Amino acid sequence: MFISDLILFSAGAIRKHRLRTVLSILGVAIGVASVILLTSLGEGARQYVIEEFAALGTNILIILPGKIETTGMAPFIGGTPHEITIEDIQVLRRQIPGVRNIAPIVPGMATVRFGEKSRDITVAGTTSEMQGVRKLHINIGRFLPPGELDRGQHVCVIGPKVQAELFAGTNPLGEILRIGDERFRVIGVMAPRGMSLGMDLDDVVFVPVIRAMKMFNREGLFRVLIGTYSYQDISRLRAAVLAFMKQRHDGVEDVTALTQDSVISTFGRILTILTAVLVGIAAISLSVAGIGIMNVMLVSVSERTREIGLLKAVGVSSSQILGAFLVEAAVLSTSGGAVGLAVAFSLTRVMRVLYPSFPIEPPVWAVLSAILVSISVGMIFGALPARRASRLDPVAALAKR
Amino acid sequence: MIQLRAISRDYEVGNRPVHALSHLDLSIARGEYFSIMGPSGSGKSTLLNIIGCLDRPTAGSYMLDGREVAHLGENDLTLVRRHKIGFIFQSFHLVPRLTAAGNVELPMVFAGIEKGERSDRADRALEAVGLSQRADHRPEQLSGGERQRVAVARAIVMGPSILLADEPTGNLDSESGGEIVRLIEKMNSDGLTLLVVTHDPAIGSRAGSQIRLADGYTSNK
Repeated sequence: MFISDLILFSAGAIRKHRLRTVLSILGVAIGVASVILLTSLGEGARQYVIEEFAALGTNILIILPGKIETTGMAPFIGGTPHEITIEDIQVLRRQIPGVRNIAPIVPGMATVRFGEKSRDITVAGTTSEMQGVRKLHINIGRFLPPGELDRGQHVCVIGPKVQAELFAGTNPLGEILRIGDERFRVIGVMAPRGMSLGMDLDDVVFVPVIRAMKMFNREGLFRVLIGTYSYQDISRLRAAVLAFMKQRHDGVEDVTALTQDSVISTFGRILTILTAVLVGIAAISLSVAGIGIMNVMLVSVSERTREIGLLKAVGVSSSQILGAFLVEAAVLSTSGGAVGLAVAFSLTRVMRVLYPSFPIEPPVWAVLSAILVSISVGMIFGALPARRASRLDPVAALAKR
Repeated sequence: MIQLRAISRDYEVGNRPVHALSHLDLSIARGEYFSIMGPSGSGKSTLLNIIGCLDRPTAGSYMLDGREVAHLGENDLTLVRRHKIGFIFQSFHLVPRLTAAGNVELPMVFAGIEKGERSDRADRALEAVGLSQRADHRPEQLSGGERQRVAVARAIVMGPSILLADEPTGNLDSESGGEIVRLIEKMNSDGLTLLVVTHDPAIGSRAGSQIRLADGYTSNK
């Protein structure tokens, strides 16, 4: 007995009943297609959320001075913790691989004046790399210029709200703002962004970091933001930065590194569960399709009782008959699986065209398991009818009217 | 080659035992032409099924080619049927979706014979029954006599030692029925042991040896 002969024999039996074959194939196809589509949607949603978070700044590592501890005694070895200095970040930049960009931030409240209008807002000292770290968009002009960090020009970049309030919407480029007692030339206006990482980026004035440190009389940096190349790299970089800072601070671990890791992993978990629920629902339709196959196979066994009797009479063994009917069910369900795959792939393609920003792509594991599942659906739900066929008494089967 | 000793076959219908065969003895020699006659319900089909290894006797001994087969397991019986026994039925039992050649090949497909050899042997079997021209026709495109000839070709294609015919002319008009009888008689004269079960004395009486069954007992003439 050759498997190709068995498949030919079974396929011949299936072809005899076009309509019910097509209907049961359709059932499996719908089940398989919905499993693949729903997993693609779930996975797509997860990817989308993670990418959106990344755009907001998930691949940002935030370093701040001082050790935040929730348990245990705070070590008072060094008295007050070391400050993080501009020199620290310059060396860190050179020595730690995987730092995409690094920007300090030194914020403070100051009165900002233009002409007769004044406003008390956040003035944040930073560097040109802040634009890359926070993915800031510039509306007009440009961001802070790169250059020596410890020598800052009197220039500033303002948020759109500052522009609206102080300049009444007119072009502020080249105008002189008074911040505190100093005069700063406006070189750029940012695009609206809103609240992000606890700061209203629309209502802020960015100045070179050294200017802010002098203005607010600070020795060290308030925060250091480090942009990584990938979200996956954060935990490695975090350990490397902590070790680096500990070494520079005489072996005392007195800085804290924060990530948005926990937020992402929570979202990731929620969406994974959501995907699992969707797949579960789709699996129900697949099992309904399996029952459809079982029904078709039972009808087939009952219609072909005399044929089964004849097969036994000419020396076909029970296990061969079992095999023939299992193959028949598997051929049904596998064709259904193939149709379902094709449908799912064309639908995801259509969706990619309609919503290019949403990353919908059938995951490889889902495709593989859909193929396996559709074969096993046929095997499992074909088992009962096939057993029934193989156990028929040949004399009774031949005599059936 | 066939030796039945004290064969009995009992059924239960409801809770009532039915003795289809009781203590039956029978010997059939190789190449013999044998007929079993009797009215319906006389147990002749049961006897044929036992000889054909489709059914097992409740008691007794059945030696086939020197081997005791009365109490073999199902798989062994399957192999005995495959290699030693060819069946012809009253209602032909052709598979409707297969061509004449496909039907003749069917036993060989499941016996694991390769495709090339299968079609050679099917061609020869169809030629032996005079149906070479009809090899590609499906049963519905064939007359009753032609269908039964396809069934004969299928019965001999595995090279059995016994041909069992259960009312082979029952569904045929007398002309094509006569052709079938002559066909299987020719195969018998070529050396095949032939066993015909019939209620029709005109056919049964052509056999060299005959038994008549009534209520599960032989009434030998």
